[in-house]
Amino acid sequence: MMVAKKPIKLLTALVLTFFSIASYATNDGHGEENKDPHKGELVDTPDEIKEYITHHLKDSHDFHLYTNNKTGKHYGFALPVIVWTSKGLKTFMSSAFHHDDEGHTIVEKDDVSLVKLHSKIYELDNGATSVSFDEHHHPTNAHKVLDFSITKSVFGMLLAGLLMLLGFGALAKGYKKGNTIPKGVGRVLEPLVIYVRDDIARPNIGEKKYRKFMGFLLTVFFFIWILNLLGLTPLGFNVTGQIAVTVCLALFTAIIYLFSGSKDFWAHTLWMPGVPVILRPILAVIELVGFVLIKPFSLLVRLFANMTAGHFVVMSLIALMILLKKKFGVVGSTGMSLVLALFISVIEILVAFLQAFIFTMLSSLFIGMAVEEHEEHH
Amino acid sequence: MEALLNDFSVGLFFMQAIILVILILLMRKFAWKPILNALDERESGIEDALKSAENAKKEMENLQANNAKLLQEARTERETMLKEAREIKNKMIEDAKAEAQEEANKLVAQAQATIESEKKAAVADLKSQVANLSIEIAEKVVREELSNKDKQVKLVESMLGEATLN
Amino acid sequence: MTGTLNLIGAGLIVIGGGIGLGQIGGKAMEGIARQPEAAGKIQTAMIIIGALLEGLAFGALILGK
Repeated sequence: MMVAKKPIKLLTALVLTFFSIASYATNDGHGEENKDPHKGELVDTPDEIKEYITHHLKDSHDFHLYTNNKTGKHYGFALPVIVWTSKGLKTFMSSAFHHDDEGHTIVEKDDVSLVKLHSKIYELDNGATSVSFDEHHHPTNAHKVLDFSITKSVFGMLLAGLLMLLGFGALAKGYKKGNTIPKGVGRVLEPLVIYVRDDIARPNIGEKKYRKFMGFLLTVFFFIWILNLLGLTPLGFNVTGQIAVTVCLALFTAIIYLFSGSKDFWAHTLWMPGVPVILRPILAVIELVGFVLIKPFSLLVRLFANMTAGHFVVMSLIALMILLKKKFGVVGSTGMSLVLALFISVIEILVAFLQAFIFTMLSSLFIGMAVEEHEEHH
Repeated sequence: MEALLNDFSVGLFFMQAIILVILILLMRKFAWKPILNALDERESGIEDALKSAENAKKEMENLQANNAKLLQEARTERETMLKEAREIKNKMIEDAKAEAQEEANKLVAQAQATIESEKKAAVADLKSQVANLSIEIAEKVVREELSNKDKQVKLVESMLGEATLN
Repeated sequence: MTGTLNLIGAGLIVIGGGIGLGQIGGKAMEGIARQPEAAGKIQTAMIIIGALLEGLAFGALILGK
């Protein structure tokens, strides 16, 4: 069984890699020259490139891999849309929008009219037959709906979760079988787990209490790291660059450290000993704002901004291929953008790890601050 | 800021929260707990092995120290025994010498005592013989010259003078 | 016009952040050179402080945007 399983795994990995490379070549190599999904024109002016990148940085409702220039045909697959409208829950496949992102295609579901506009789904107000915009391009006769769709980001999260369950489940199973030394993928994963435990959790939270938080820290570390790395593949995930995702992650950290705060922590936060009484309320406000707002905010913004900036830079450098074609010729511009994009991509691999590390590190630092029991020192 | 708020998708936030909670729970149950337990077990196993090795080393050292001590003790014991033996030997020789000397002295003293007593006996014998002789002589002389007074006195005087010699 | 002001603000933020990061990195390098055996600890501390600074700079950028 085991012997048969391994080659299959390897084959799957290889196929995935090839698939990635193939779509990279088509999507990013000539990707900027592809027909824009909703305009049917080539993307070759700075404005169009900017729009293309902005579109990529947003979440999307279908998994778009490649568009054939000549036929205008899109390759990829549709993802399910699950929305909570004024008339209740509605589900359908995203192919119903026909790759429209400008609000032209109206999906009629029972008695609700839905449109997709800049990767957001809007419900048309009663009686409206098409979206009308104000001067800022905000729709005037439609409102957003609660969108629980399996979007590309959700798909990426599920994929990352699945990868984690498979990888670490296998590692755990290996231990259960009685071999103390892991085999295969476990050999790579085990040192990482030890790294998170010994270099992130233990020194920051403390020897006695770290164990309780290991589940969260390990999960978050690998979740962010895998999603960051997925973002570097040409599959085009930008999960950790979604503000909602980072808000959620930071909120989890905040909830955990606020709810596991020790008596000492609250005493020191709300009524700081050793300072004049007049100053104590002011300090309490500062500390509270720091712990409740600023620390989570810096966590979420850091991750979001780093990942967004990374994607933006890589895509912009790839776009140089088109922008500089007139000046340096095809070979010159391609070579230049290739070298620069490769350089930034290597840095991005480092950043992908670094951001996961920093998020986990700061989370454990904050948790450590909260659970710390102070010695009586006054 | 406004663009970001506009970009914030409540649905995605909820999906993420649900996925994260489920993932944390699943990973805790199926991955992290067994992995961390196994790591702990292995580490404690290694620590135990190291400790027991250390103990064995210590025991070995103790044993060696013991051996050395025993050797040392045996050596000192041997030395003391040798010393004692030598002392005993010397003492015996000394004792024997002293005894022999004493015996010899005793013998010599005895011999001297014997000689002395013999001498005394001999002298006494001689004296009695001399006395007898003198008495005999005196008798003869007395018988012969008892009438002559002068001669008597003269004789006594001469005899007395002779007698003091002895 | 507001766009230009925003850009100037962003530039100022980047300058400030850059100076801060440079200070952190430089001092950390000095520390490592002085005590190479403490390199690991210094690096971790450097990354944490760098991250805090980065959070500040990004927060300013985002709030200003």
